[in-house]
Amino acid sequence: MTHAMQFDLAKLSVREINQFLHHQLSGSGVDRIEILHPDGNHSIAVGMDADVAVDILGHAGYFIAGMNKRASVTVHGNVGWSVAENIMSGLVRVKGHASESAAASGHGGLVVIEGDASSRCGISMKGCDIVVGGSVGHFSAFMAQAGTLVVCGDAGPNLGDSLYEATIYVRGKIHSLGADAREEELQAADIERVSHLLAAAEIDCDASQFKRIASARSLYHWNADAHQEY
Amino acid sequence: MSRPIHREESASIDRLAIRYIREAAQHGLYEIRGMGAKRAVPSFDDLVFLTASASRYPLEGYREKCESKTVLGTRYAKKPIELEIPITIAGMSFGALSANVKEALGRAATAMGTSTTTGDGGMTSEERQSSKTLVYQCLPSRYGFNPDDLRKADAIEMVLGQGAKPGGGGMLLGQKVSPRVAKMRTLPEGIDQRSACRHPDWTGPDDLKIKLEELREITDWQVPIYVKMGATRVRDDVKLAVKAGADVVVIDGMQGGTAATQQVFIEHTGIPTLAALPLAVEALDDMNVVGEVQLIISGGIRTGADVAKALALGADAVAIGQGVLVALGCNHDSYVQDGANIDATEDYAKLGTAPGYCHHCHTGQCPVGITTQDSVLERRLTPDVGAERLKNYLQVLNMELTTLARACGKSNVHHLEPEDLVALTVEAAAMAKVPLAGTDWIPGRRDP
Repeated sequence: MTHAMQFDLAKLSVREINQFLHHQLSGSGVDRIEILHPDGNHSIAVGMDADVAVDILGHAGYFIAGMNKRASVTVHGNVGWSVAENIMSGLVRVKGHASESAAASGHGGLVVIEGDASSRCGISMKGCDIVVGGSVGHFSAFMAQAGTLVVCGDAGPNLGDSLYEATIYVRGKIHSLGADAREEELQAADIERVSHLLAAAEIDCDASQFKRIASARSLYHWNADAHQEY
Repeated sequence: MSRPIHREESASIDRLAIRYIREAAQHGLYEIRGMGAKRAVPSFDDLVFLTASASRYPLEGYREKCESKTVLGTRYAKKPIELEIPITIAGMSFGALSANVKEALGRAATAMGTSTTTGDGGMTSEERQSSKTLVYQCLPSRYGFNPDDLRKADAIEMVLGQGAKPGGGGMLLGQKVSPRVAKMRTLPEGIDQRSACRHPDWTGPDDLKIKLEELREITDWQVPIYVKMGATRVRDDVKLAVKAGADVVVIDGMQGGTAATQQVFIEHTGIPTLAALPLAVEALDDMNVVGEVQLIISGGIRTGADVAKALALGADAVAIGQGVLVALGCNHDSYVQDGANIDATEDYAKLGTAPGYCHHCHTGQCPVGITTQDSVLERRLTPDVGAERLKNYLQVLNMELTTLARACGKSNVHHLEPEDLVALTVEAAAMAKVPLAGTDWIPGRRDP
């Protein structure tokens, strides 16, 4: 049985709501939270570590659901910078568009942006998966270390610059690839991987239409052999 | 009869410059090394104390109490850091240092009632368990950064840069990216790892303010947040950090060390610690937050006299990195294994260096087992030996600090003040903003 609670940011502060989510939620029997009137507030539902659904009903600001663990957070609107930064697990879904650095440094879990994401989507990602229904801006997946970025629309300049082991899939046009990023042949395993993520994101796309971008690994070593000291 | 050889070394193309040009021409690569700036710059050595005489009354150096307790993070945090001494261990990563060393740092710091700090690469269990007070760094790379360790931290340090390489990212060459280091950093084993120079999720000072609020929300406003910066545009940077909500500002001067970066950064970026400190104090004063926002200074602090001078110029505490490593055995000619002193000079020679000159932290082949991930080398410094040496070093620094404070008539090291100091050189007087010895002259300061 679902036990829901509502918080109204027109009447409460972000601090009061986060305090509840961190300290009073556990053991309360509440498994669904609705947050009304987010009105661009920052840091809503950050540091979550609970099996709970959080619905933010409106547009929200920076760092929404930052460092999320286990929780399933849905923003019914647009978000500012760095939604789901450093996500560890769980699901963060943005029904609208996301500003810069969505899912930056995410370690695990799934981040879904149903609209467009701006620049640096997936920058420094470390194992999370990201599905963007629309397009992403420049330098997306910059220095991305692990995980998967799926872009159903187009990608801006310098996609995947200085990639490590993360993989990027783009269905639309790629403006340009960044240093050390290269297009590789799409294999059956890639199609299976993309299909799985699209299904999890509840986005309807043909996985076979995507291009696979990965690291050429030519920047992995700083030409060290040329110097006596190494 | 041969002609006498006339040797006149060029001041501009001297032997160092010739070596540099030859190596550049030979390799086509710039030099990477560890440690800090080797060039001579104005420093705390250029200041002396005006200890008590007829006009001031000293405290008995061996008997009378001189308080050194230090509280950091009183601005917003519910649980400020309380230290027994104003001397902290600077951030140094597991990866750059061995796990044994990280444990030794924690044990020594705990024994002396002070804090130690994580580094790029995250928090190890060894350092958390051994450190009563541990500061957790949030770096641009975010290697190993996670909310569980964040909540275990006693303070958070948002790192914008460091004195050895302000504006530059980090490096950890493949020799040190061991399986454990690679796993903690989510990187392939053995690659030459680069750390970003900018944070991934914020850019300017307005964003920083929101970022700090996010970290406070995640930690329920319990612990202090430091903001650490390399010393460049100190006055502006400190003001922006204060405006962004820092509890503590950490300024790292150009003499600050690193485990690996380009030589050109180490020697040619940032300003000396001596120049940075008064600028930071002025910025705090301009913002009317002296006493509310604490200031930690680092970069080339080695002695109790350095600590005392830093406090006199307005720092609340200092942070030490290279001095700590030297205390552990860095650049020593031998190491201790199974109770025996073993000569290490051959291992230094293999690196093309000698004890006293080594800056080869970046190679991972540290002859005394400090800056290494090699399982054989790291046994050259056990946590027991390291912790004892470092505890002794910190103890001496605090003894020297309190001795100088007493001689200045202070019963609390935090009562030391600029008026207790004069400078021995015009440059130091101008930077430290204290009079040239024997004069009332502070270069650059206009008469009121």
